[in-house]
Amino acid sequence: MERIYLDYAATTPCASEVVAAMLPFFSDRFGNPASMHAFGQENKGAVEEARERIASFLGAAPGEIVFTSGGTESNNTAVKGVAYARQGKGNHIITSPIEHHAVLEPCHFLEKEGFEITILPVDGDGLVDPDDVRKTITGKTILISVMHANNEIGTIQPIEEIGRIARERGVYFHTDAVQTLGHLPFTVGELHVDLLSASAHKLYGPKGVGILFVKKGTRLTPFMHGGEQENRRRASTHNVPGIVGFAKAVELASEGMETEVRELTALRDRLITGLREGIEAVKLNGHSTRRLPNNVNISVAHVEGEGLLLSLDMLGIACSTGSACSSASLEPSHVLMALGLPHELAHGSLRFSLGRPTTAADIDRLLAVLPPVVQRLRAMSPLYNQQNK
Amino acid sequence: MGSQYSEKVMDHFANPRNVGVIENADGVGKVGNSVCGDIMNLYLRVENDIITDAKFKTFGCGAAIATSSMVTELVKGKTVTEALKISNRAVAEALGGLPPIKMHCSVLAEDALQAAIDDYLKRRREG
Repeated sequence: MERIYLDYAATTPCASEVVAAMLPFFSDRFGNPASMHAFGQENKGAVEEARERIASFLGAAPGEIVFTSGGTESNNTAVKGVAYARQGKGNHIITSPIEHHAVLEPCHFLEKEGFEITILPVDGDGLVDPDDVRKTITGKTILISVMHANNEIGTIQPIEEIGRIARERGVYFHTDAVQTLGHLPFTVGELHVDLLSASAHKLYGPKGVGILFVKKGTRLTPFMHGGEQENRRRASTHNVPGIVGFAKAVELASEGMETEVRELTALRDRLITGLREGIEAVKLNGHSTRRLPNNVNISVAHVEGEGLLLSLDMLGIACSTGSACSSASLEPSHVLMALGLPHELAHGSLRFSLGRPTTAADIDRLLAVLPPVVQRLRAMSPLYNQQNK
Repeated sequence: MGSQYSEKVMDHFANPRNVGVIENADGVGKVGNSVCGDIMNLYLRVENDIITDAKFKTFGCGAAIATSSMVTELVKGKTVTEALKISNRAVAEALGGLPPIKMHCSVLAEDALQAAIDDYLKRRREG
């Protein structure tokens, strides 16, 4: 049985061109870019070339790109780094309830340290209202952090508008673009952001490398101390293979993005339509049009998501769920709960995230096997019977 | 397939035993709620103090379905007194163990059994 992977929002495979670009830097070109000799200086060149490529793709200056270990580190550095650097000015941070935990948890950490956190509401589709941002800013506000597109439900936020408001009021604005870099066309100038996080492994690059865009002049307290790397903004020996691979992934994305967006959007909509036609009582979670081209998130009434996921896994199809049973916390997804979904529907969610290798045949196979899976679990469910009696 | 579950759990999830409802059951136990994500309904047929049939309906994860299935297997043929001694641990062990964060599913199965037997005893007292 050929397996079908529909969890590209969790991670993507490295493109073969990315692997090829990285390979020499594990062995032949092993030098430390901080070393004075040729071994080091040649690799310093490779790192700076990668930095320039990524900066140019984002419409940023090379000096505004800081390499990190990934999205979690970039988000932590942005939130805590601004909070500590700006605590003389104020202690108020604004964010949304559907951020990744890598933003929400640093905010909760700062709350215990005396910072004030405002978590804005979102509507039923997961959208933040820029007017709410405007009304919430006070003289003490030092940072606004709202993600570009949500990893679970795919909703794309009005980042340009929020960015304009932040800029008018002189407040730093950070966006988590882990799901959008290389997937949606944008520049940091268009988004009006001061800080932006991204991660290579979401765009067919390697795991363990990310970036934080830090607009020139933005004050930031470093998270890692102990070296001069990255202009003293992030100590640690450079992950040279990872950085080179990230730049190659960005190059591939910039070449293929337009086609990819068009093709994935068509496959996404084929899946959404097919699910609605093939299964009764399914709900699409997230916005219908302001949505990542590769994201489908549904709630299946009367059944629980882990059961659906396990059943699909047995049939060779990989996806994810926001069900509590899939997490250690036993809480359903904070994103789905923030949309106002009842517990039963939050527990019954499935996320399919498509990628470059996804074909129409993959979508059709999923559409063929899912209805009987749902039927089998509904036949076991006391909730389904009650509804039908 | 790689799984956090034992083969036995996956077997009882994929091929659950005794799914359904017993009409005019002698004891019914309904436990759990949709907030926690698990709802278990257990139905018992008791004849001469012996559990002759058991069926279940469950809304919940793989472990919840597997423990429901296993508890119906374990109680069949037992006297009510013997069935009352079946612990959540015994259900989990019969399934070849459960991941630590899924042990609460076995507790739910024990609770459902307890509730169904309580219901049976109450009905018998009230005649």
